[in-house]
Amino acid sequence: MGIARLDPELTCEITLENLFERREGQRVLTCLQCGTCAATCPYGEQMDYPARRIISMMRAGLLDEVYASDSLLACVACYACKAKCPRKIDLTGVLLPLIKEQVLLRRRDLPAELQKALETTLRYGNPMGETSRKREAWIKDAGVPVRTFHSDPRPADVLWFVECYDSYYPRGQKIAQATARVFHALGIDFAILGNEEKCAGECGRLSWETGLSNTLMEYNMAILGKYQFNRIVTSGPHAYDAFKYRYPVIGFRYPLEHTLTLLAQHLDRLKPLLIKKLDYTVTYHDSCCLSRHNSFYEEPRALLNAIPGVRLVEMTHNRINTLCCGGGGGGMWLDTYYKAKGYERLSERRIKEALATGANVLAIACDYEFSRFEDALKVVGGDKQMVVRDITELLDESMER
Amino acid sequence: MKIVVLLKMVPDVVEELEVAADGKSLDAEFLRMILSERDSHALEEGLLLKERHGGTLMVVAPEAPEVDDALYTALAKGADRAVKIPLSTPHSSRASAAQLGKGLPAVPDLLPADLILTGCQAIDDLDGMTAPLLAHDWKLPYLGLVTSISVNADGKTACVTKEYSGGTHGEFEVPLPAVLGVQAAEQPPRYVPVSKVRAAMKTGMIETVELQESGAVPSVEILAMAKPEDAEHAEMLEGSPEQLADKISEILTAHGVV
Repeated sequence: MGIARLDPELTCEITLENLFERREGQRVLTCLQCGTCAATCPYGEQMDYPARRIISMMRAGLLDEVYASDSLLACVACYACKAKCPRKIDLTGVLLPLIKEQVLLRRRDLPAELQKALETTLRYGNPMGETSRKREAWIKDAGVPVRTFHSDPRPADVLWFVECYDSYYPRGQKIAQATARVFHALGIDFAILGNEEKCAGECGRLSWETGLSNTLMEYNMAILGKYQFNRIVTSGPHAYDAFKYRYPVIGFRYPLEHTLTLLAQHLDRLKPLLIKKLDYTVTYHDSCCLSRHNSFYEEPRALLNAIPGVRLVEMTHNRINTLCCGGGGGGMWLDTYYKAKGYERLSERRIKEALATGANVLAIACDYEFSRFEDALKVVGGDKQMVVRDITELLDESMER
Repeated sequence: MKIVVLLKMVPDVVEELEVAADGKSLDAEFLRMILSERDSHALEEGLLLKERHGGTLMVVAPEAPEVDDALYTALAKGADRAVKIPLSTPHSSRASAAQLGKGLPAVPDLLPADLILTGCQAIDDLDGMTAPLLAHDWKLPYLGLVTSISVNADGKTACVTKEYSGGTHGEFEVPLPAVLGVQAAEQPPRYVPVSKVRAAMKTGMIETVELQESGAVPSVEILAMAKPEDAEHAEMLEGSPEQLADKISEILTAHGVV
């Protein structure tokens, strides 16, 4: 297994102090103040300081006002501002997390839900505050063998990084189990870290906590270093981002796939296995990280189109224009805070658009989304019309013998 | 003012606790220790008082697994000094209170302090004996179940709120120094960014102080330990709304509620 060390330029952490000495930081100086970022932001209307004003305040040396406001608590790290910026400023990936970290260092209190999630992620490696001893509990009902490296450390082709929500939430466990069955049917040689795995750390950084993110990354790197595998495959687009953009900064890079991009590579072998006709009208929600941030627009759609019987219909906002489910950047743990502020839940905004397509299945590709969209369906009264299914679940259903 | 907060680690109930083969202790294999929740409130109250009145805040904890994390977190939150005490009976509250009571006055520059705070109880010390035993040893006033502390302008007395059952509370004026068992701080324990904890760890500021042998300490022997047995369960009522209303009415009548 190769652990590639990157060139020193890439492994140096960007900070607010050295921002303008670096390529990404210099782009901030080219901001036109056009306001596209604020207009495309799903919570832009609620922010006293949307991205455009933050840059303006930075230039005026007035960042303390930004730090003192709670504007950035409404940033769900959806990459919309970055994607639309005519100057290609990496707002979501670079500038906003740096500002968020400074807000966190200065704030006396955090919304209780977010504080609890950060504390339990540090202690237990997952935001639910569950013991790490139960992380692999889903395996026993998978219906196929799932190898853990700690019980059988022989090398594997694929290290499957399952992540927290698919490991612990009963609904997520169904997705993990379906994924295991699909991998098994394709003969993929995989193993998981099981109880040794902890949160990959992406949301630590995007939700303010660089120290937490670094702690988790150091932990996972030490565990990953014990085993031999050719590539990491993860079901979590957020974990994908962590391994793609963050782990290289601390000096480690693995060949990487998302579950769906891996399956799309096996489409020719997958198609003959998809035998059961699914009479579903499906609309697909592009996840911010997988689609807008990493441009995997067609792989999930190719998989859906390969399922016999499935009719794919698009929502108004799709691909790069997708609407965030509201879970990123700490949003998973700020629902109560947003509600108290009177903000619309973004998952409800999105589910109304999904229902308007007339589809009866909302297909997803992100481990944050099943709980957000299933809750939103109940809230808006759409749970009779529509169900939420991960794409791997639909593949698994179509394979059923 | 000088504030000392006594912290201790307790078994983390998130990790499923198992009784060891000897039938009278916890199985250590998966046991993890976490800062007692009440103690984290005592620390928060201490930090608030330090912010209001200035001075120094010192945290003291018996040696235990993961205690360093708790002490570094306290330093990152604003404590000025952290002291770790190896005890011969680290997991017995009563014995450790006796050892601390006799030994802590000998720790350089620690006592006397204006306020000695600790949690009013812990999951392995539900009768909350630590604070009163220390107050007894040090001949200081004691109040437990404290929910707010306001130090008066003279710096010699404090106004302390203590909670009673039934939602009532009492206000006391307490001469300082005093030992207070804190039930809840005035605000939830604050969040400290992990980067600050990591910075505190780099300074390595935890002192380890060995107490002098204090002779025999009173202790309570554990004879047996067992998981609680399931007792009564909730009863789920089923039926139409009218049938349910009848059943509820019957139950309430049978129990003399109506």
